[in-house]
Amino acid sequence: MVTFTLNGKERTFDGDPDTPLLWVIRDFEKLTGTKYGCGVAQCGACTVHLDGMPRRSCITPIATIDGSDVVTIEGISGKEAEAVQTAWTGLDVPQCGYCQSGQIMSAVALLQMVPNPTDDEIDGAMTGNLCRCATYHRIRAAIHNAANSMEG
Amino acid sequence: MTLHDFTATRRTFLAGAGLVIGVAIAPRFLSAAPTGVPAGGAGDLKPMNAFVKIGTDDTVTVLSKHIEFGQGPFTGLATLVAEELDAEWSQMRAVHSPTDNKIYANLAFGLQGTGGSSSIANAYEQMRKAGATARAMLVAAAAAEWKVPAAEITVEKGRIKHAASGKESGFGAFADKAASQTPPADPKLKDPKDFVLIGRDLPKLDTREKTNGTAIFTLDIMPDRLLTAVVAHPKHFGAVVKSFDDTDARKVMGVVDVKKIAQGIAVYGENTFAALKGRDALRIEWDLSKAETRSSAELAAEYVRHFDEPGLEATNTGDVAAAFRQQGLQTVEAQIVFPFLAHAPMEPLDAVFIKAADGSVDIYNGAQFPGFDQQVAAKILALDETKVRVNTQLAGGSFGRKAQFGSPYMQEAASVYAAIGGDRPLKHMWTREDDIQGGFYRPMYAHKMRGAIDADGRITAWEQIIVGQSIMAKADLDSTSVEGASNLPYRIPNLKVTSHNVTLPIPPLWWRSVGHTHTGFAVETFVDELLTRVGRDPVDGRLALLDPASRHAGVLRKAAEMSDWGATPAEGRARGVAVVESFGSFVAQVAEVSVGPDGAPRVHKVWCAVDCGVAVNPNIIKAQMEGGIGYGLGAVLFDAVTLGKGGRIMQSNFHDYRSIRINEMPDVAVEIIRSTEKPTGVGEPGVPPIGPAVANAWRKLTNAPVRQLPIVSIMSS
Ligand code: FES
Ligand code: FES
Repeated sequence: MVTFTLNGKERTFDGDPDTPLLWVIRDFEKLTGTKYGCGVAQCGACTVHLDGMPRRSCITPIATIDGSDVVTIEGISGKEAEAVQTAWTGLDVPQCGYCQSGQIMSAVALLQMVPNPTDDEIDGAMTGNLCRCATYHRIRAAIHNAANSMEG
Repeated sequence: MTLHDFTATRRTFLAGAGLVIGVAIAPRFLSAAPTGVPAGGAGDLKPMNAFVKIGTDDTVTVLSKHIEFGQGPFTGLATLVAEELDAEWSQMRAVHSPTDNKIYANLAFGLQGTGGSSSIANAYEQMRKAGATARAMLVAAAAAEWKVPAAEITVEKGRIKHAASGKESGFGAFADKAASQTPPADPKLKDPKDFVLIGRDLPKLDTREKTNGTAIFTLDIMPDRLLTAVVAHPKHFGAVVKSFDDTDARKVMGVVDVKKIAQGIAVYGENTFAALKGRDALRIEWDLSKAETRSSAELAAEYVRHFDEPGLEATNTGDVAAAFRQQGLQTVEAQIVFPFLAHAPMEPLDAVFIKAADGSVDIYNGAQFPGFDQQVAAKILALDETKVRVNTQLAGGSFGRKAQFGSPYMQEAASVYAAIGGDRPLKHMWTREDDIQGGFYRPMYAHKMRGAIDADGRITAWEQIIVGQSIMAKADLDSTSVEGASNLPYRIPNLKVTSHNVTLPIPPLWWRSVGHTHTGFAVETFVDELLTRVGRDPVDGRLALLDPASRHAGVLRKAAEMSDWGATPAEGRARGVAVVESFGSFVAQVAEVSVGPDGAPRVHKVWCAVDCGVAVNPNIIKAQMEGGIGYGLGAVLFDAVTLGKGGRIMQSNFHDYRSIRINEMPDVAVEIIRSTEKPTGVGEPGVPPIGPAVANAWRKLTNAPVRQLPIVSIMSS
C-alpha cells in the first residue's frame, strides 16, 4: 500500500506497485488534466510536481513515491501559477491544447525556482516539454510576461 | 448550402429529427461529469437553425461542423456567426456538431469532414447566413412581442433595441419565441466594410479550458466500469499474426482478456497500465510472407529507376525536349529523396465506446471524418447506422492523421470493442509506439529536376519527375503527388512535370500540406539554385519570374521588406527564402540560419508573410503560421520513419522520431496581407516554405545543396 498526498488530499493505492504515477492519477484518481504522450519521459505531457519539483509521472512507479506530495494541473495555486495561467490566456498559447497542462506545470516550477528567467533558463526548463503544434514561440513570450507580471 | 436547404434544415429540426438534441458532452453515468469546452451555453438552448442555438441565459452556442484540434474553427466559425448576429463576443460558445453527412457537410467535400485547410473557406458564407438568420428570427420575435415594425428594431452587441419605444432586451428572453419564427428566405449579409468582429484578434473560445486542465479529450472520458485495450501490432508492414502465447499476459494483475483481431492481438485491462503490461508480456510470432521486407535505402534505389521510364503527364507546356537540345545551354540537375513522415499528433489515436440501454452505441473520438467512422463502426458492430452516434471530441492534434477514407483506425477500435462483447464501456488507445510505427505516413518520394539556362541567362526549360505512392490510391495521375509542381508559378516557357505511382504495403496518407510537403521543397530549392547559377538574387530573381500582380509576388515582396532582405546578416549567418501557395493561401518565408554547435542548422529567425484573403481572426492566422513553421522545421531537420534491413520499422517514439523543442524554435514574425478576397485556410499553408527557406540558407552557408531529408541524416551519412 502506497500513501501519498494528491492536490492536498491524502490518498492510498494498493494496486500493482509498478503502476506509473500517471496512470494512478488518471485511471484511479480520475484527474484527467495530466496527459499521456509518450510513456518514456520524452514529451513532458505528464508533468506533475512531486515534492515541489517537476516530474514526468509516466516513468515514476507509484511504489517510489510513498509519503510524497503530488500536485497536478488541477491542484496548482499560488502567485506563479496564477501569473502563468493569466499569461497563457493573454497570448492564447494553446492550439490543440493537449500538451499544455505539462507545459504549464514546467513553467510554474521554473518561476518558483527562478522568478525572472532568461531565454537560456527557459530553454533549460522547457526542452523536455514537446508541443507538436509548436506553440513554443508563445510559450516563451508567456513565461516572460508571467515573470514581469509578478515583479510589478 | 442553398437557402432552400437552409430552410429545409430548420424544418428537420422542428420535425424533431433529433439531430441537435443531446449535444451535452457526456452521458449521465460518467462518474465525474466532465466540464470543459464542449459544454456550450448553460441552461435551456433553443435551436435557431442547425448551427446556432440561443440560450435563455443569453449565450449563443455555435455547433461547429469542423473538429477543433488546434487550428481554431470553434473561434473562427463562432466569429462568423457572431458578426451577422450582432452578438457580443463574450456571449459566444462553441461545441462540436453531431454527425450528419448532409446537414454538416464540408461544402468543399460533400460530406462531413475537416481538412484541406477548408474550414473557414467553406463555412464563410454558410456561418454568416446562420448568424443572419438567427438575428432575423430574434428581431421578428421582438417585433411581435413589442408590436413594432421589425424594420425599426436594431441589434448591437447582443442587445435588441427599439429606439422609439425605448424597449430593449438581450437574446435570451426571445430565444424561445425566435425559435418558432419562420427563418427568412434571404438573410441579408453585411458589407465587409461594416464588420465589427471579423478581422479582430478575438480571444479564442477554448483557451481557458486548455490552460487549467479541464478541456476534455477522448483519452479523458472515463465512464464507470471502463475497460482499456491496447493492441500488439507487427513491426513490419503487411505482417500478420502466425501464432501467439498469452499465458504470461493473462497473469498480469488487472488483465481481463486477450483476443486476436485482424490488426494484431488485443489486451484488455481494468486500467491502462494493466493493458500495457499485459501487452508487453505477449509472445507473438508474425507471418512476414506478405510483408514489406525492403529497407528504405532499397526502396529509394528502386524509386530512382523510374526516372528513366515514361511517366504520367501532369503538365507539358512548350517543348521541353527541344529546349534542352538548344546550343550553348547550361543545364542543372538535382535529385532529392524525401522520407516517410509520421504525423505524431500529441494525443495518439483513441476512441471510447459506450453501449446504451437500448443497445445503441455512443462513440467518443477525435473524428475528422465522423460519417466514415459511423459507417465503419456500424458495420463492425452489426448495428444500423442510426444506432451508432459519433460524438466528436477535442483532439490533441491531427495534422491529417485522423482524416482517413474508410476509417482504418475505427476499424481496429471497433473490432477491439466487438471482440470482447459485453456491456462494459471500452477505451481503445494507441501508444506513441503504435503511432510512430502505425503507417499512414507522408509517403516517401523521389524527385528529379532538370533546368536549362540559355546563353543570355534565362531559365528556358524545367523538367520534373516525381516518384512515390499515390495518396488517393490512383492508378493514373494523382494530383496530390504533383500539386505545387504541375502549377509552377514561375513563368518558364517550357515546363514538363510527370509522376510515377509506386505501390507498397505501407499505407500512405496526407500530412499537413499534402503534396506541398515535398513539391514546395523541390521547387523552391531548385529555383533558388537556378537563380544562383544565373547570378540573380533569390528575391529579385523570383519576382522577375512571377506575374508582378500575383499574390505570390505580393507575399514575397512583403517577406523581403519585413526581413530587410538586402541587409547583410550577422557574421556566420545566411538567409534563405521560399514562397509557396497551398490551399489557396500564399505564404513567403525568409529564414536566418547558422551552423549550430552540433553541425546542424540553427534557425534563428523566420519572417513570414501570408495572404489568405479576408483575415477572419488575425491572431489565429499568426498562431497557425508559427505552428506550421515549427512543425515543418522539425520534420525537415530531424524526421524520418525508415525501414531497416528486412523492412523492420526503425523508429518508435520521440527519442528517435524527433520533434522540434523550444530551444530549436526560431523567433517568428508574421504579417498578414490586407485583402478583400474570400478567406482561405491557414492550418497547412505555413508548413511548405520553411523547409526550402532553411535549405536555401544552408546552401549559402555550406555550398552544399540539400538533396536528402531530414537534414540531420546528411550529417550522419
Ligand atoms: S508521457 Fe511522460 S514524458 Fe511523455
Ligand atoms: S498545443 Fe497541441 S501539442 Fe501543444
